[in-house]
Amino acid sequence: MSDLHTELKKSIIEQLNLEDMEVSDIDNDEHLFGDGLGLDSIDALELIVLLEKDYGIKLNDPNQGREIFNSINTMADFIEKNRTR
Amino acid sequence: MRKQHFIKNSVIIRNAKVYKNGELILQATADMSFSKFLKSIYKQQKLKYPKFFKMDGLSKLGYLGVEILTEGQIEDKETALIFANSASSLETDEAYADSMKEFPSPSLFVYTLPNIMLGEISIRHQLRSENAFFVSEEFDASLFIDYVKTLVQQGKCENVLCGWVNLHNNDYDVFLWEIATSGGTDFNEEELKKLYLPTHE
Repeated sequence: MSDLHTELKKSIIEQLNLEDMEVSDIDNDEHLFGDGLGLDSIDALELIVLLEKDYGIKLNDPNQGREIFNSINTMADFIEKNRTR
Repeated sequence: MRKQHFIKNSVIIRNAKVYKNGELILQATADMSFSKFLKSIYKQQKLKYPKFFKMDGLSKLGYLGVEILTEGQIEDKETALIFANSASSLETDEAYADSMKEFPSPSLFVYTLPNIMLGEISIRHQLRSENAFFVSEEFDASLFIDYVKTLVQQGKCENVLCGWVNLHNNDYDVFLWEIATSGGTDFNEEELKKLYLPTHE
């Protein structure tokens, strides 16, 4: 697991108040929404803020979120390719 | 013939203590922070509701109070929710305004109305019932009595869950009670004030 994957998991747990959850509880290819981690629409907005705040990525098309926030793997791929910080 | 209504159960969360029907059920240590106190109630009550951790302080107080009051079970899904406080959602409003200096927080924004607490309680207990949230300078027993009596007389509900849930600057005052057609205490202003005041400082 890369540092970015671990960093993302830590940020998600902290930002989204996923109490009682640890980095090791989140699989890299686990769905973040729906049956996986069970995140909701407000969490999706928090993830958009997280991308901008921590990695300098501004999502212009909110529909992109569906693919980007599919899993930790898809988030990490997107960040690697688009990060400005 | 019109049915008589009674106060069935009550809960007070105040000064790091939790009372149910006048009996102390939890006391926090003096140095415990507000958020840790709320978490300690959650743990002590053995609650399993991860959404709790996403709520703001006001909703957490309302959620915890209702769980204790009802032992996690509201059987009548038409039970109305009538709540009030004096600080509205000011605590979260201020936190949200603060977040706007950098990145406005969506998860804070959704709690910038006090009646969101009623939504949280309704979601938790799958209620689709009457609800109202009032903001008044101080606990006003007559406001609750008048509103509840009107609701009941209009046939909108048989059971009502009432609450004074106030939070500002980590100073909290929670008083919840159930109104039903059976129960121990008469539902009038004098009895309501007596239940609210005993441990109020």
